[in-house]
Amino acid sequence: MDFVVSQILTGLSLSSILLLVALGLAIIYGVTGVINLAHGEFVMLGAYGAWLLQTQFGWNVLASLFVIFLAIALLGWLLEATVIRHLYDRPLDTILATWGLGVMIQQIVRLTAGGELRYVQMPPGLSGSVDILGATDSAYRLFVLGVALGLFALTWSIYRYTTFGLKLRAITQNRAIASSFGINSGQAYRATFAYGAGIAGLAGALISPLKSVSPEMGTTYVVDAFMVVVLGGVQSLMGTLASSAVLGEASGLLAYFSNDTIAKALVLVAIVIIIRFRPQGLFAPRVRA
Amino acid sequence: MNRNRRNFLKVGAAAGALTLTGFPHIWSRNASLAYAADGEIKVGVLFSLTGTTAIIEESLNKATLMAIEEINAAGGINGMKITPVIEDPASDPATFAEKARKLVLSDRCVSVFGSYTSASRKAVLPVFEKQDNLFWYPTLYEGRECSKNVIYTGAVPNQQQDDFIPWLVEKFGKRWYLIGSNYIYPKEENNYCKKLLEKLGAEVIAEEYVPLGHSEFSSVINKFRSEKPSVIFSTVVGDSVVALHRQYRAAGLDPATMPMASLTTSENEVAAMGGDAAAGHFTSAPYFMVFDSPENQKFVEAYRSRWGGDKVTHFVSESSYFQVHLFKQAVAKLAASDISPVTIREAVKGEQYKAPQGLVKVEPENLHCWLRPKIGQCKADGQFEILTQSADWLEPNPYSAYPNQKCTAEGLKEI
Repeated sequence: MDFVVSQILTGLSLSSILLLVALGLAIIYGVTGVINLAHGEFVMLGAYGAWLLQTQFGWNVLASLFVIFLAIALLGWLLEATVIRHLYDRPLDTILATWGLGVMIQQIVRLTAGGELRYVQMPPGLSGSVDILGATDSAYRLFVLGVALGLFALTWSIYRYTTFGLKLRAITQNRAIASSFGINSGQAYRATFAYGAGIAGLAGALISPLKSVSPEMGTTYVVDAFMVVVLGGVQSLMGTLASSAVLGEASGLLAYFSNDTIAKALVLVAIVIIIRFRPQGLFAPRVRA
Repeated sequence: MNRNRRNFLKVGAAAGALTLTGFPHIWSRNASLAYAADGEIKVGVLFSLTGTTAIIEESLNKATLMAIEEINAAGGINGMKITPVIEDPASDPATFAEKARKLVLSDRCVSVFGSYTSASRKAVLPVFEKQDNLFWYPTLYEGRECSKNVIYTGAVPNQQQDDFIPWLVEKFGKRWYLIGSNYIYPKEENNYCKKLLEKLGAEVIAEEYVPLGHSEFSSVINKFRSEKPSVIFSTVVGDSVVALHRQYRAAGLDPATMPMASLTTSENEVAAMGGDAAAGHFTSAPYFMVFDSPENQKFVEAYRSRWGGDKVTHFVSESSYFQVHLFKQAVAKLAASDISPVTIREAVKGEQYKAPQGLVKVEPENLHCWLRPKIGQCKADGQFEILTQSADWLEPNPYSAYPNQKCTAEGLKEI
């Protein structure tokens, strides 16, 4: 029994990290159609933010979350205004431009903070472990799971219940017609990009106590995030939630019965097969074309 | 036209004659004179200063340069200065090979000190074997290599494991979980570990490899929980080792009952993961920064005053340091005109040096070093506590997991 529970918890923890990392990407890609290859670098910057605030000012990760969200969102806002804005409807150029931005951010971090691996201290109240139905799990991992679900709920509510969300959905369906109804799509895009970047930064800060912090860390996360978004179906937040749950549980289970190397390979093979037969992803929204 | 051509031929012949008489070493087979010219001996220093492994290789570069400066400040070698030619191979094996070729062929270095990963060593090996030059490799590695052109000053599997594995079995028990990164080094170390465990009647309950750079260990930790191994033998490297330790701690596992035993976690890795995550786990190595010897005290003090008071020394930077001194001792035995990679190799055989870890010696047969392994337990302040050390120095046996093969001065022998 405790094996089943702890395996489910492991899968949920993997899922929550995937969800955190993929959420920002899903919003940006879903709304603006920009394939943001610098997404991993936003995650990395968030982790470095947590490290910086901790070593310079002694801030706890939890205390620094809001500041990091604002800082990375601001960065996203600036990048959108200076670079991305000029590249809408030019998907190949955005891929190249965001990739270039990612490389630059990586090297800037390497030059300023150094190439050493860093770590972030676990918040003292959450450094222990808790018992759930006979299984033990890290308190911090459960906390991350809670935050991921909370952020998802928040994002989904904005999307679903606010006027801004209504505008976003309108733009997603047809930008030209939405604009002709007086929706300022440029502004909406910028806000979306900033929000997505901020969430990526938040994800980086949240995972930093569990992982090592280094300038290259973003590269693996951007791959994971794309896997989640593509499998879930672009433009579908619920799809992102579902696919991160499926991917997390599947890779946790496979890794338990074989090992992480094989789990990773099998998951990728499964995704390739699914995409072959369902190119729109598992949860494609029905859009009237 | 004709005149010009005749002139040209005349000048050419004169120049040829001049070269033959004036610069005999270019033509004669005995080219040794070039290796120690104008009172200086050129050596190559080949550690990555940029790229992924730059973090660790930079410290090796610093230890090497410090040793060279020390020797020069004390009068050099028989009055000759060592001149380091520093190249940055940027953590890329192909660049390693290219820079090695440059150091050996165009700079005419008599030896090259360098490299950290096995991949980069394998990349430069053909250069040194073809040119019959000498490469000094400071890193612990998986063994199974027998080259006449490399002096290996780091530990091979038998030196780190012979004392360590029985000690752990006796102290913690016989259920072993082997976890490593998925490449050659962990697999070779585990090959030898499994042999030792079999002899001790211990059981390997799992042998598992994670991808290089892997950072999500929750499934692995779940398995630790359900299998309850008595020892986790970890050959996980790089940023994965940081993630493994931090997640192990977050999961609330206890090093007192289920310790991780490592061959690669040095002061350097501990600094990257934080002492709290490393505390309680064990490492076997010939050198720890806290080792109490006059030579080590001098080494640590010199290193910190040269490169910064917050810097740590570790078991690879220590061997980077002492191998330059071994080089010096070997060269000092030679007349200036005899200095060449081959004569240095012959001279360094059996050479001893009082290193920070204790007295070390170059084994004449396989050019690896006799070292003094120690077992350390990490403490929360990021330093190790040395619990035991081997009674005597330990012979290097690069083929310890392959009893029918032996590395000799004539090359690899099948027994």
